[in-house]
Amino acid sequence: MDKTEMTEIMKEISGTDVRKCMKCGKCSGRCPAYKDMDIKPHQFVTMLEKGKVEELLNCSAIWNCFSCMACVERCPRGVAPAQVIEAVRTTFTRAQNNNGLAAEDIPPIVDELIPQQLLVSAYRKYNK
Amino acid sequence: MQRIGVFICWCGSNIAATVDVKRVAEAIKAEPGVVYSADYQYMCSENGQQLLKNAIKEHNLTGVVIGSCSPRMHEATFRRAAAEAGLNPYMLEVANIREQCSWIHKDMDEATEKALILIRTAIAKVRLNTPLQEGESPVTKRALVIGGGIAGIQAALDIAEAGFEVDIVEKNATIGGRMAQLDKTFPTLDCSACILTPKMVDCAQSDKIDILSYSEVEEVKGFVGNFKVKIRKKARYVDEKKCTGCKVCMEKCPSKKGLNEFNMNLNNRTAIYIPFAQAIPNVAVIDPEQCIKLKTGKCGICQKFCGAGAINYEMKDEFVDREYGAIVVATGFRPINIDAFNEYGYSDNADVITSLELERLMNAAGPTNGVLLRPSDKTHPKVITFIQCVGSRDVSGCGKPYCSKVCCMYTAKHAMLIREKYPDTEVHVFYIDVRTPGKNYDEFYRRAVEQYGVDYIKGMVGKVYNENGKLMVQGSNLIDNEQVIIPSDLVVLATAIEPEPSVRKIATLLTASIDTNNFMNESHPKLRPVESPTAGVYLAGMCQGPKDIPETVSQASACAAKVIGLLVKDKLKTNPCVAHCNEMMCNGCSQCANVCAYGAITYVDKEFRIGGGKTEVRRVASVNPAVCQGCGACTVTCPSGAMDLSGFSSKQIMSEVEAICKR
Repeated sequence: MDKTEMTEIMKEISGTDVRKCMKCGKCSGRCPAYKDMDIKPHQFVTMLEKGKVEELLNCSAIWNCFSCMACVERCPRGVAPAQVIEAVRTTFTRAQNNNGLAAEDIPPIVDELIPQQLLVSAYRKYNK
Repeated sequence: MQRIGVFICWCGSNIAATVDVKRVAEAIKAEPGVVYSADYQYMCSENGQQLLKNAIKEHNLTGVVIGSCSPRMHEATFRRAAAEAGLNPYMLEVANIREQCSWIHKDMDEATEKALILIRTAIAKVRLNTPLQEGESPVTKRALVIGGGIAGIQAALDIAEAGFEVDIVEKNATIGGRMAQLDKTFPTLDCSACILTPKMVDCAQSDKIDILSYSEVEEVKGFVGNFKVKIRKKARYVDEKKCTGCKVCMEKCPSKKGLNEFNMNLNNRTAIYIPFAQAIPNVAVIDPEQCIKLKTGKCGICQKFCGAGAINYEMKDEFVDREYGAIVVATGFRPINIDAFNEYGYSDNADVITSLELERLMNAAGPTNGVLLRPSDKTHPKVITFIQCVGSRDVSGCGKPYCSKVCCMYTAKHAMLIREKYPDTEVHVFYIDVRTPGKNYDEFYRRAVEQYGVDYIKGMVGKVYNENGKLMVQGSNLIDNEQVIIPSDLVVLATAIEPEPSVRKIATLLTASIDTNNFMNESHPKLRPVESPTAGVYLAGMCQGPKDIPETVSQASACAAKVIGLLVKDKLKTNPCVAHCNEMMCNGCSQCANVCAYGAITYVDKEFRIGGGKTEVRRVASVNPAVCQGCGACTVTCPSGAMDLSGFSSKQIMSEVEAICKR
């Protein structure tokens, strides 16, 4: 898979339009995991827009993101940085042929208030 | 049989590049009734119009079709030329082969075919056209200005200067509007009140201007040149003619806990009050929600102390009927409600304030007499953080998608004024972009940075929280790529602006249109920026879009020029394309009158001969051609087909449809 193709796939998985970002940095201004992120939430958006997929796949931030969705909540432009991070993570795990998520892993009791994205990303992260 | 001439315009290459104009002109010659056909590079040019005029005379044309741009663009031009050649202008039709054909198609064959169909359609209509005569309507030489802020004041002064009478209807107790609340104005830092209040006084002293304060427009009827407006004068419980503005009532009033709207609710006022010292009219008003006498019937202290005997608790709302030739809408703006932005903690912390609140805290006539004290403990803030774009450029649903335009400049002003007055204060500004186009504007912002050392941080704030009495402002510094936390004493939010919500009602009353953000629509964003699409209605200030004081004043003066241009006319030409009723078919059902947005249809009892020397009286619809706008709503509503529209008759429209469908 070449870089352009990979970029397009990540954009599709993220389900968000990275061009809507107006570089205000509010996502990173709110991020509670900021210190542990080698690539900051706002950078994820810009880097995916520019197609810097290798750097994204090799970062540690995809494993340090809390998936708390604060960045999604705060974005004034309707861009979802956490979903971009999730897209990178998914691309990484798929490349290893290991999705890490089995149906029986889903706990019987799920709090309805927890964003679905959070559950999915948590399984991705901790099922490795 | 009509003798029809067809003219195909190239519009340079706009049409000719996609439509084979020669082929169209040639093919159209075969159409029945067409006696002349030509193509020309620019039909709207002097030469093009001459071609039209000559052909009308030489070929005795009785009908003309021009294949060109949209009729919105040049129908008037061509009709005028036709009239000059002696043809009734309503015998000319424009087929839009630019916007609706050449611009939207790429394939030449397809576009040419479509152009032919569009022109055949117009020919089909022209065959049924009849000469129409424009009527005339008088002009009431008086203007109404809705809103008494700087926009309304400027428009009224300019109209009065030209010698016409103007009424300002202001819903608050005083004129002055938002500008009266401001401290200093950018980019020259002159005091807002010092430049506004003389204009307010000019309004009060002008014998041409009548200020109807504490009043609202209740009903609007009529049309350009002839508006009939009902105005509600709300009961202020104080006789405007008697009150001397001595303020004794305010000293004596025992009900002192009302929120002072003029000071953005930062302090209290009495139930009877004058909004601010330079109010025009300088007359008190009683807040009926707060007045003990009006609520319980006991008190009456103000009446007892009023030396002028101006207090009247029995006062009722009054209605005034006035007639106007033109209306200026200048309803202004307000800051949006920012409760939805809980990340900034505005609702939870007294020391998180909006910029307009800061204006009052800095204003010498404000609640702190101009000394900058933070609301919670009345101490001097040492670290002040400004946050830009609070609710502006926000498509998340909490804010507004547009840029509010004035915030970058007023924040630079605030930062500078604070550093000037309190040099030991640290000032930070979180921004997304600094937008300062305009004369001396960018220089102004740079002065804040270079001369006053204001710390501009590129990035947005993610949260504001209280920690041991300090407001912790956590945000991004995108240039240094770090997350910063600034412990602050005062946080100022550059809140987005929105049109004053009463504009919705006004727009409905005037049948003028507003956009998705409640801003009034202008007739053309570039070429008719101060005119509403509704004839005789003009727009000034923030009601039309975000703008600062210089722009507002310019727009208000432009409005005045337009109004004066209208009022100097003694008569206006009326559109002859209006509805008429075939009384033999009308069954008197009233459905047309119910749908008419302009109140143009009334019902009359009329005597008809029914044969055998007998008559009967029937109820039939009657259209006032001066009020009818020719929208056609009645024609499609009429169940018996009695209503028809001159120039757009059902027959004409059906013949057009047939021409399109015929292959």
